Amino acid sequence: MKKVDIIFEIDEKNTPFTILEKTLTRSPDAIILDLIDSGLKGRGGAGFPTGLKWKFTKNEVSNTKYVICNADEGEPGTFKDREILDRVPEKIFVGIAICGYVIGAKEGYIYLRAEYNFLLKNLLPKLDNFNAFLKKLGFDFNIYMKSGSGAYVCGEESALFESMEGKRGEPRNKPPYPTVAGYNHKPTVINNVETLVYVSMICGMGPQKFKSYGTTDSRGSKVFSVSGDTPIPGIYELELGMPLNEFVNEFGDGDAKAIQVGGASGFCVPRKKFNDTIIGFEGIPTGGSMMIFNSTRSMYNVLHDYLEFFNEESCGQCTPCRVGCQQLLKGIEAVKKGEKPPSYLEELKRLAVTMKLAAKCGLGQSVGNPFSSIIDNFREEIIY
Amino acid sequence: MSKFLVNLKINSIPVTVEEGTTILDAAKKINFKIPTLCNHPDLTVAGNCRVCVVEVKGARLLAAACATPVSEGMEVFTNSEKVRSARKHVIELLLSEHNADCTKCFKNGHCELQDLANEYRFGDHVFLDLVKAKDKIADMSSPSIVKDDSKCIKCQRCVRTCEELQAVSALAVINKGDHQKISTFLNKPMNEVVCTNCGQCINRCPTGALTERNYIEDVWKAIYDPNKFVVVQTAPATRVAVGEYLGLEPGHRVTGKMVSALIKLGFNKVLDTDFTADLTILEEGYELLTRLKRVLVDKEPVALPMMTSCSPGWIKFQEHIFPDLLDNLSTCKSPQQMFGALAKTYYADKINIKAENMVVVSIMPCTAKKFECERPEMRDSGFKDVDYVLTTRELAMMIRQAGIEFDKLEDQHYDSILGESTGAAVIFGATGGVMEAALRTAYEVVTGREVPFTNLNIKPVRGMDGVKEATIKIKNTLPEWNFLEGVDLNVAVAHGLSNAKKVMEAVKAGTVNYHFIEIMGCPGGCIGGGGQPIPTSMEIRKKRTEAIYMEDEGMPLRKSHENPEVVEIYKDYLGEPNGHRSHDLLHTHYKPRIRY
Repeated sequence: MKKVDIIFEIDEKNTPFTILEKTLTRSPDAIILDLIDSGLKGRGGAGFPTGLKWKFTKNEVSNTKYVICNADEGEPGTFKDREILDRVPEKIFVGIAICGYVIGAKEGYIYLRAEYNFLLKNLLPKLDNFNAFLKKLGFDFNIYMKSGSGAYVCGEESALFESMEGKRGEPRNKPPYPTVAGYNHKPTVINNVETLVYVSMICGMGPQKFKSYGTTDSRGSKVFSVSGDTPIPGIYELELGMPLNEFVNEFGDGDAKAIQVGGASGFCVPRKKFNDTIIGFEGIPTGGSMMIFNSTRSMYNVLHDYLEFFNEESCGQCTPCRVGCQQLLKGIEAVKKGEKPPSYLEELKRLAVTMKLAAKCGLGQSVGNPFSSIIDNFREEIIY
Repeated sequence: MSKFLVNLKINSIPVTVEEGTTILDAAKKINFKIPTLCNHPDLTVAGNCRVCVVEVKGARLLAAACATPVSEGMEVFTNSEKVRSARKHVIELLLSEHNADCTKCFKNGHCELQDLANEYRFGDHVFLDLVKAKDKIADMSSPSIVKDDSKCIKCQRCVRTCEELQAVSALAVINKGDHQKISTFLNKPMNEVVCTNCGQCINRCPTGALTERNYIEDVWKAIYDPNKFVVVQTAPATRVAVGEYLGLEPGHRVTGKMVSALIKLGFNKVLDTDFTADLTILEEGYELLTRLKRVLVDKEPVALPMMTSCSPGWIKFQEHIFPDLLDNLSTCKSPQQMFGALAKTYYADKINIKAENMVVVSIMPCTAKKFECERPEMRDSGFKDVDYVLTTRELAMMIRQAGIEFDKLEDQHYDSILGESTGAAVIFGATGGVMEAALRTAYEVVTGREVPFTNLNIKPVRGMDGVKEATIKIKNTLPEWNFLEGVDLNVAVAHGLSNAKKVMEAVKAGTVNYHFIEIMGCPGGCIGGGGQPIPTSMEIRKKRTEAIYMEDEGMPLRKSHENPEVVEIYKDYLGEPNGHRSHDLLHTHYKPRIRY
């Protein structure tokens, strides 16, 4: 397992400002080619190739396009974007500006989760400074700040657009995808905070250096938010494609019985599978949350907490998610109390499959991830 | 412009449809019905109930058929094991949060969720019952609409109706997760918010979460009371729709059967709101001509354009949203309320019945009429002018309760007086009808000649366009109206409150130069009213409209001022249109209301 220092690295000779100046002299197509070559995939969790997303949006014919930085970091156990926003915001601004240049947008937005408003004191003067710099460069582009209102679902890109448009944050039907109809139903690139930082770094150091990290399927590194039963919780930039046992050896307290990879909507990996689990797009992808549970933890409580979270944060729009979350939560309570037989868990697992297949957005589709992986691996803890 | 064609297979059957068609519509084309709940032909696509999910070959997820456009080479399966399993789950989930006391529900037998449950035959519920007893208390605050959240399946059809069709947004989604529900501004009761009582939400609610406040038992009680003389009036649009709840196809005219059924139900007199519709034309027509005279001759500041006031949903909308334009509303009461005021005065005297012993019941295509009859202004007879309003649907229920075989009934005629009407009154039921009726009379009053349209049919104001405009040049007037000589009379017609809003905004902005505007609160006018049989769609509304115009063409008299009972009442009782007595009984005033 290799620790990497790209995201937070401070290079006095190659500042974000100089990277931007240099990049703006290149052709948009060349930048897209570099991004595709780098193999960079979205760092929010879904892992869509960034270069392709930009290419699709660039190819759309429209007078108005937008770049949006998704800073609605709401996944339980994820706190890396907060750190990035606080420590290296210019790298984000540069990523947004480069995207604006590539796709032909004049406006960029940072959608900041409501709970991060305390960051604005630091962010806003830097943003003003950056917008002034863009003006000085003669690049007709401006970045604005938008605040969320506290709903987890607004991290889902189409719900985020609705929220930005002043409406209730409910996910839209897809297609159309954001590259065709995003914010204000115009072609939009929406990227995670971390993705945009990697964009500016790739533009600075070239795709080859980035590609030298990671594996074929999971190029580069990623910032992890490590929490739970660990002596050293915090933010770590690690190379992708690492086996989970190496991670546990580094960060665990010697008694880890399970790792929740990818936050509440991710997967629970039990100790017996640490050795053959890879963290990356070929194994278990993650938006960065790594929660370590040791043997003192009740996995029933862990699952119960997650389900309570989803029960509260489902937007309530679609049936599988709204009612499914309630049934899963109340269902495990009923099994625990003996009001339903243990076999009811099988019924609930089938329901979780339906939620995965039929829910309208990623929120409802992923509730089954923690549910089934915890039930499968810690069944006895759920029942007794 | 022709669209590209797309070839796909649904359940292995090839089908070719236009680009942009949804899987749902493509399947319909080859006679596969995919179940839906949140989808409605009048509304934008929501894709939130997920009942319509189908399998698309190669896709990771199931697709909502209502929200997914077809693509070339797509292979869709609408009833695979995966689909059936998911669909059953979705319906079971909906049932688990639904107050399924179906036998006690007003919508029993007319519920789309019940139909689905019927098709899938679930037996014992697998999932836990999530409906709490305390949630079963319905909002009964409104005299028009009952909102029972325990029956709500959160499809948001009502929210979209209220926003998209009516531009009111009294109903909206609040909270999230298991607390998400459809509610009002600050969760206030329905009678304290901007709700216009139009009932369009009821027409589109798939379950019994939104229903009319029903007064069926009160009406039966009045009928059974030997000391009460129960008079019933029927609105124009009911006669082309009530059959739909009694086994007939949309578009059937059942005027005579409806009268026959009302007699059999035990009403003492069966009279017609169409009579007061004709009277409205006289009152409103003269009001318009008077306003024009005051502007053109007396040079007084008078509110123009004048707007019709027959539609109580529209009236309340105006009071909430455009209170600064209330002077533009005609002061005429709606035909229902004119009827009530005359029934308990003029008519009661004629038939020698004491007004306090008279009960006036209205059969209306409308839920806002239930609110209207409760307005304190509507007591000019000294009593509550109209006691109970039943929707077309409630009437159908009474007919069924009484065991009347509706389709076998003989046609019967309305009682007289207050039962005679003309074709001009019948067309009040369709958008543009009041305008057409008013023009038929006003033009003739001013010029002494019939309106210059073939067979009296003023086609420019008919049809389903949201806003219709027409200009009629007034030439060769009678001497007393010579101030109108050469005037281009500009009129507009709007139906559905979102269209009304557009017109009002244009009036406020001064970008239009109308003299007279007809507005109906509901899409299509009263034939699409909130009290009409469910389901509704453009197709159904068009059929009802055709029936209305056929009824008009079949009438011997087609101009309101030729209605002999109307002529008689002016001679005998009212004196002249807009006269003193008219103003006491037939006109009213409006009050501004809060915006939310």
